[in-house]
Amino acid sequence: MLAATVRVTRDLDVAEEAVQDTYVRALETWARDGVPDNPGAWLTTVARRRALNLLRRGRTLEAKLPLLIDPPGDDEPPDPDAARFPDDRLRLVFTCCHPALALEAQVALTLRLVCGVATADVAHAFLVSEPTMAARITRAKKKIAAARIPYAVPAPAELPARLDAALTVIHLLYTTGHAAPAGDALVRDELTGRALDLARMLHALLPADREAAGLLALLLVHEARRATRTDAAGRLLRLAEQDRSAWDRALIAEADGLIVGALRAGPPARFLLQAAIAALHAQAPSAEQTDWPQVLTLYDELLRVWPSAVVALNRAVALAMVEGPEAALAVVEDLERDGRLAGYRYLPSTKAELLHRLGRDAEAAEAYRAALALSDNAAERAFLQERLEG
Amino acid sequence: MAQYAVLIFERVPPEDLPEDVMRRHGELPDRIAEQGGRVIAGLALEPPETATAIRGELLTDGPFIETKEVLGGVFLIEARDLDHAVALARLTPIVDGGVEVRPLVGFQVLEDG
Repeated sequence: MLAATVRVTRDLDVAEEAVQDTYVRALETWARDGVPDNPGAWLTTVARRRALNLLRRGRTLEAKLPLLIDPPGDDEPPDPDAARFPDDRLRLVFTCCHPALALEAQVALTLRLVCGVATADVAHAFLVSEPTMAARITRAKKKIAAARIPYAVPAPAELPARLDAALTVIHLLYTTGHAAPAGDALVRDELTGRALDLARMLHALLPADREAAGLLALLLVHEARRATRTDAAGRLLRLAEQDRSAWDRALIAEADGLIVGALRAGPPARFLLQAAIAALHAQAPSAEQTDWPQVLTLYDELLRVWPSAVVALNRAVALAMVEGPEAALAVVEDLERDGRLAGYRYLPSTKAELLHRLGRDAEAAEAYRAALALSDNAAERAFLQERLEG
Repeated sequence: MAQYAVLIFERVPPEDLPEDVMRRHGELPDRIAEQGGRVIAGLALEPPETATAIRGELLTDGPFIETKEVLGGVFLIEARDLDHAVALARLTPIVDGGVEVRPLVGFQVLEDG
């Protein structure tokens, strides 16, 4: 409803206020007259009218009126075409995830405006104070208004890059909830749930897009394994140690269907490749029986379309399974010298694992200590401490 | 239509710009018009070595902010929204550098009466 209202008002603050007023009016009116046949349409129409009235009342009337994209008459009947609402949400996603906004602002706006999460909860999820988060959101809204960041689905030529930006934000939301460096479990579950909803929505709205399908599949596989990532005591478990019988097979099958369909439709990009890798792990009966050569091939392709140091590090893990720890260690040491991953805790922890497997225990211990120094997540710290002592 | 300034940051000084780049600069207003925008003003700056900075009472040599990026010129455009403005600004020929798009609060030309 917020999305539909923004389309009329072009002003996020007015739209938010109008939506809140409308909920209050709905409670009053529905209690008196009963719930209307199409409550969603009723709410949207009333919110739009309310927003227009707020704008008319405001002293910025003259400045704002030309911005009204779709000024409906005050007597317009409730809009029965509910199919338009998802398009409005899509426009709102592209506004919130516009690359002209800083990534942290994109993430905050998406949670606040697309998902309707309260500012205090957004602040909590990203470990900043509520006033800091409120200021961040206000700054971003000001930029949207002043620079006229459009409230529209991008032109076809720009769509792939812009969609990639939106998918990146959704992925970041999920991973923040999935591997939050700190914070309580309740907030983290909320983040993963919202991210999954958004990925489902984008895939539903852009069913032919292979990357939107890829991101949804990737999150589904993560979700399928989420409960087994830690043991009863909250200890972090490696993929090889997780209870595969507890993985959610329905989610994995859904992801697999998405991946197979998208791979058939054309060459894969980064989210689809990551999903394919995750699905291979999820379908293997055990870590040893994983199709590691296929995983390595997918990583080679991923590194080609997305030359990132983090991908190169993950590829090294697959390389260790195919060609042995020695070859992988050489890659990890190259990455260490490269310096781009300085401060990234998974580099020393990966190096430690490889050294451990090569029987170089003193060097492995040193690397575990380096990884410990970089992690502030309790479960991860406990895991590393145990590896160090074991 | 909204108004934007396109700030051109180009490390290659104007006298060293290839002929082809200069020609494309000349054609820019027409190309922007073809895409539904409009150039409303443009100015090119002499290099930063020619600049004089004034801070309060203090007068010094050089640009106000010393950076590797050199502000070489500015032009003002009209565009529908930021995406349109970015598409138009992308038409700017650049050898080594980039452009910045900033919305205008206002724009006024004062002429002699």
